[in-house]
Amino acid sequence: MSDLTAYPVLAGRSIRLTRRNLDAVLTALVLPVMLMLVFVYFFGGAIETSTGKYVTYVAPGVLILCAGYGASMTATTVSNDMTNGIIDRFRSMDTSPTAVLTGHVAASVARNAVATSAVLAVAFAIGFRPQAGPAGWLAASGILLLYITTLSWLGAAAGLLAKTPEAAGGFTFAMLFLPYPSSAFVPIDTMPDWLHGFSDNQPVTPVIESLRGLLLDQPAGNSPWLALAWCLGLLAVTLPVCGALFRRRIG
Amino acid sequence: MHRAPEAEWAIRTRGLSKAYGSVQVLAGLDLQVRRGSVFALLGPNGAGKTTTVRILATLTRADAGQATVAGHDVLTARSQVRRAISLTGQYAALDEEQTGLENLRMMARLRGLPRAASRDRAQELLERFALTDAGHRRVSTYSGGMRRRLDIAAGLVSDPEVVFLDEPTTGLDPRSRRTMWETVGSLTQAGVTVFLTTQYLEEADQLADRVAVLDGGRVRAQGTPEELKKTVTAQRLDLTMAGRAAYTQLAGRLGGRVLHQSPEELVLGVATDGSAAHVRALLDELDPTREQVARFAVHNATLDDVFLELTHE
Ligand SMILES: Nc1ncnc2c1ncn2[C@@H]1O[C@H](COP(=O)(O)OP(=O)(O)O)[C@@H](O)[C@H]1O
Ligand SMILES: [Mg+2]
Repeated sequence: MSDLTAYPVLAGRSIRLTRRNLDAVLTALVLPVMLMLVFVYFFGGAIETSTGKYVTYVAPGVLILCAGYGASMTATTVSNDMTNGIIDRFRSMDTSPTAVLTGHVAASVARNAVATSAVLAVAFAIGFRPQAGPAGWLAASGILLLYITTLSWLGAAAGLLAKTPEAAGGFTFAMLFLPYPSSAFVPIDTMPDWLHGFSDNQPVTPVIESLRGLLLDQPAGNSPWLALAWCLGLLAVTLPVCGALFRRRIG
Repeated sequence: MHRAPEAEWAIRTRGLSKAYGSVQVLAGLDLQVRRGSVFALLGPNGAGKTTTVRILATLTRADAGQATVAGHDVLTARSQVRRAISLTGQYAALDEEQTGLENLRMMARLRGLPRAASRDRAQELLERFALTDAGHRRVSTYSGGMRRRLDIAAGLVSDPEVVFLDEPTTGLDPRSRRTMWETVGSLTQAGVTVFLTTQYLEEADQLADRVAVLDGGRVRAQGTPEELKKTVTAQRLDLTMAGRAAYTQLAGRLGGRVLHQSPEELVLGVATDGSAAHVRALLDELDPTREQVARFAVHNATLDDVFLELTHE
């Protein structure tokens, strides 16, 4: 019916559902903070980077990693809606399916915003000192937001594709794995040669390099443009794919 | 049948057909449902009840045939149909982790009611369905009966003309079932048309003005519960035979009259109205020597019995 009210109403719904799901809160908040501490204190001593303290190098990487966890949950929440019958009620009420999916993506972005703040706070407490001015922060936030939105829509597509919410969670494995063979945690030139080609040219690397460059006020080269191109390109593919998957799903 | 003008029909279908792969679920379904009445579609598991409801509620397309709901074609005027109906599916379509009140408010907002009006409407519905006390609890803490009531309430936020209820009492305990029957009864007082599906003859009998029996993708019998009951068995007499020979002999004699048979247990079932006189007469008829039947029991007929009887006619 009045589609425009459906968007905020369904975003509010998804955010409420996220808040009340203990697993989701723990995964979105506690896990990234734990990962931060593990990387810095367990692995940090063994890893040499050009930025001095390892926490300075790895903090942006952990932000990326936790975006993956937060966004991958979208797959589960979307799949839940598709399997438990509520989508039929929404459809019989003439509520637009796009509004339902957008609600889940909005909740994912909100979840990630909170997680990102928590990780930054902890990072700051253990010695992370970003050098960015307001423009740098704004640009970094923008890129991170776009990255999270892209991953969330990919998660939504996985949720539409999977037959069960459990399977949907499994589909998002790639999202959680991609940061490892990138420059998120260790510089690429320390990786085996055969990995370089992949690591240099996968979407996570330009995102992480732009975050690092912008936050530490170092030259970021063309990374921000590459990151932008990757995210917008993926979105341009994922959105129509979501539409097609939804139509296929409802037969 | 008496001819009514178009405006009298809340639902009309002609020749609805639907197949899933090689399974022909509906094979030319014709239904007419009068405005303001309660209509029950009766059929066993897998008969195509849910498929029918989904087609009428615009969620699935039929392969062939026409259907109008509240005067609108389900294919060409989907939005108008959706505005006129509410659907309560076979499985509760609610958010477990929202409270009852939050669920209803959300549905009201999605139906286009402003914020304050949505809150009032939600409160009003909670009250009407005896859920006021539970309104602030999450749905995950509700009993099956409460969930069903909330599910129906969620369909009523926007005063629909036609309410679809797919197996509204399946899985409920007897007391919740009775409450649900009262709820359905109260819907029609407001002039709403109710289209419900059920597997239970007794339920159709209690609730519906008219009943259609769905089997093999077609309407097998249709009429008021009274008319229908005259054509089908109300009860079944199960005879446990004294031995294999007696079993085989009686099975042969009964032929098409057998409603139920269980060779391992030597049981044969036949139709009865359940009265002492009829049961006595049947026993005398089927076991004149009083040696062949070891035990007997009278059951409420299941739908399978009804179908067997209908298809043997
Ligand atoms: N989406 C579907 N895909 C394949 N087969 C289906 C689908 N929906 C229903 N069926 C089949 O159609 C038949 C009728 O199902 P349904 O309408 O759910 O019956 P009922 O509600 O009377 O139990 C069943 O054999 C069922 O397996
Ligand atoms: Mg069904």
